[in-house]
Amino acid sequence: MATLTLLQAVNDGLRTEMRRDDRVVCLGEDIGINGGVFRATEGLQKEFGAERVIDTPLAESGIIGTAIGMALYGLKPVPEIQFMDFIYPAFDQIVSELAKFRYRSGGQFPSPVVIRTPYGGGIKGGHYHSQSAEAYFCHTPGIQVVIPSTPHDAKGLLASAIRGEDPVLFMEPKRIYRSIKGEVPEGEYTVPIGKAAIARPGTQVTIVAWGSMTHIALEAAEKAQEEKGVSCEVLDLRSLVPLDKAALLESVKKTGRVVIVCEAPRTGGYAGELSAIIAEEAIDSMEAPIVRVTGFDTPFPYTLEHAYMPNTGRILKAIDTVVNF
Amino acid sequence: MTTEVLQVIRSDGSVQKKLEPTLSEEMLRKLYRTMVQVRALDEKGMLLQRTGKIGFYVPSGGQEASQVGAVAALDAGDWLFPTYRDPGMALWRGASFREMLAHEFGCAEDRSKGRQMPNHYAFREMKYVSISSPIATQIPQAVGAAMAAKYRKTKEIVLTSMGDGGTSEGDFHCGMNFAGVYKAPIVFYCQNNQWAISVPLSGQTASESISVKAKAYGFPGVTVDGNDVLAVYSAVRQAADRARAGGGPSFVEALTYRMGPHSSSDDPKRYRPAAEEEEWRQKDPIDRFRNYLKKQGIWTEAWEKETWDGVRADLNEATKQVEALGPPTISSMFDDVWSSIPPVLQEQKDSLIEYLKKGELKDLGGAFPL
Repeated sequence: MATLTLLQAVNDGLRTEMRRDDRVVCLGEDIGINGGVFRATEGLQKEFGAERVIDTPLAESGIIGTAIGMALYGLKPVPEIQFMDFIYPAFDQIVSELAKFRYRSGGQFPSPVVIRTPYGGGIKGGHYHSQSAEAYFCHTPGIQVVIPSTPHDAKGLLASAIRGEDPVLFMEPKRIYRSIKGEVPEGEYTVPIGKAAIARPGTQVTIVAWGSMTHIALEAAEKAQEEKGVSCEVLDLRSLVPLDKAALLESVKKTGRVVIVCEAPRTGGYAGELSAIIAEEAIDSMEAPIVRVTGFDTPFPYTLEHAYMPNTGRILKAIDTVVNF
Repeated sequence: MTTEVLQVIRSDGSVQKKLEPTLSEEMLRKLYRTMVQVRALDEKGMLLQRTGKIGFYVPSGGQEASQVGAVAALDAGDWLFPTYRDPGMALWRGASFREMLAHEFGCAEDRSKGRQMPNHYAFREMKYVSISSPIATQIPQAVGAAMAAKYRKTKEIVLTSMGDGGTSEGDFHCGMNFAGVYKAPIVFYCQNNQWAISVPLSGQTASESISVKAKAYGFPGVTVDGNDVLAVYSAVRQAADRARAGGGPSFVEALTYRMGPHSSSDDPKRYRPAAEEEEWRQKDPIDRFRNYLKKQGIWTEAWEKETWDGVRADLNEATKQVEALGPPTISSMFDDVWSSIPPVLQEQKDSLIEYLKKGELKDLGGAFPL
């Protein structure tokens, strides 16, 4: 097994699936000769040619629209939206078209497109290079929302997404593209979509997170153990839609205390949905209120991003709240 | 500067020989019959809506030649990305009235399982792609399918339809631009019916024509008389041949007129003069083609009657059949969101089924009260 960064694992995943299946094509802005602005598609055009690794004009609605047409035709397109902050011109194509094609045609026209997009803050990107827009898409039936937090999962989940029959929004935590390394099997393997992972087992508090926040949650869990002797379980959801509700409920019923970490703005965020599920289905097991640690209801700030984003300190404070309730 | 408008059949039925396509008598009869089918379906659809049998209807009267002439110029294996004003494209490819009406009624037999409003057809085997209400979204999708056909080196091409209103959308620009860049095998086909609900063409664009826009994307555009089925056929055929031969995209603008309201919920008296409608009524595409068939010695009074009677009888029979069909089962609401139902949705389905057992939620099949 090789030790790869999350970014290298994405690249390896794309290459592996493209070698495996000639229906797989990539398209997006600067993904060809330049290998993507983050280099996620580096070397792919050289290996697979410009017909399968397509540099597109600068138009996100066009990228997703054409990808849908390719999928209807029978290909497995993997479009890239350069930054999730630029996905909104394609919102109509994703929400009204991609997510609804199978349903609205009575199953006649499935359109399995896998949209890859780097998301999230922590890279000094200001509000147009830092957003976590998962909530908009989790609210749309018909598109899976998958967010890996490790190189191993990035490659395996991407393979599942590409081999699957449903549209997928595959959000890549760019903050940890290069900082998180891990062992990644060579060649083909898959990680199933819809299964959460226990990133750290624990007994007293469940910390729910996804993407780059998983690592902040792990740091906080470590400190909670070291500094206060509190045992935290970190649940990495890996996919928000479909949600592994069973794993979520199992963990919170065990610990009776939950902190949900979400770097997106608080109001209407996915942490709220998780809170509601726990309240509806596990209230009897809860020893303390459900506490959210989230971004604030402001646009994502540039200079002050360190104060905006959930950090270990804020998570530790939340752990205190639920432990001392 | 004005854009030339290509015409084959003059209003009296005489012909501009240079552009006249060579079509068999059988083909000419099928063109006419399909145009009659569209007109008859329209009459029936509006009637069904007005009598509360269906919830909504989108008439396409006045555009029969535009729809049918275009689809007739394609090969059977070519892809269609139509709009909700293109029933004629499905009828040409063999959709039955029963299939069309099962969709308007949203009943269990509907190919789309009652998931969409009327006129949003989908026929996989005809490559008639599921229709959307948001305008122009099909344009970049059609380009993607054409790019895929090119990658797969098939001889299939794609036609995407749009109205004049659709050409104002961003997706029109995206689609045209992508197609030009990749030389995609596609025909962009605009049925310029002069009105996008209440906004006339002059409120949609300051361009001298719509077809002239193609030039900026690097491919040819022509304007044809859209009420002239043979002019439409010739222009689309030429564009399709060019695409199939690897020449890339083309744009065809068909000048026509939406004779009816935008939909059964719309009243054109609020925004357009009756005199304009009357002017266009004189250019009726079915009358025009009839004049041509007369001049060709194909049309007879008896055949006209036989055609209309046959079409109306089919339609009445299909209506009777479809009215007897039931709505989709309530639990089918949860099907086809995904390739297989995830646990969270299964729970919701189970909870609704459990609730249904109480008998409080009644089946609404067929009832759209006025």
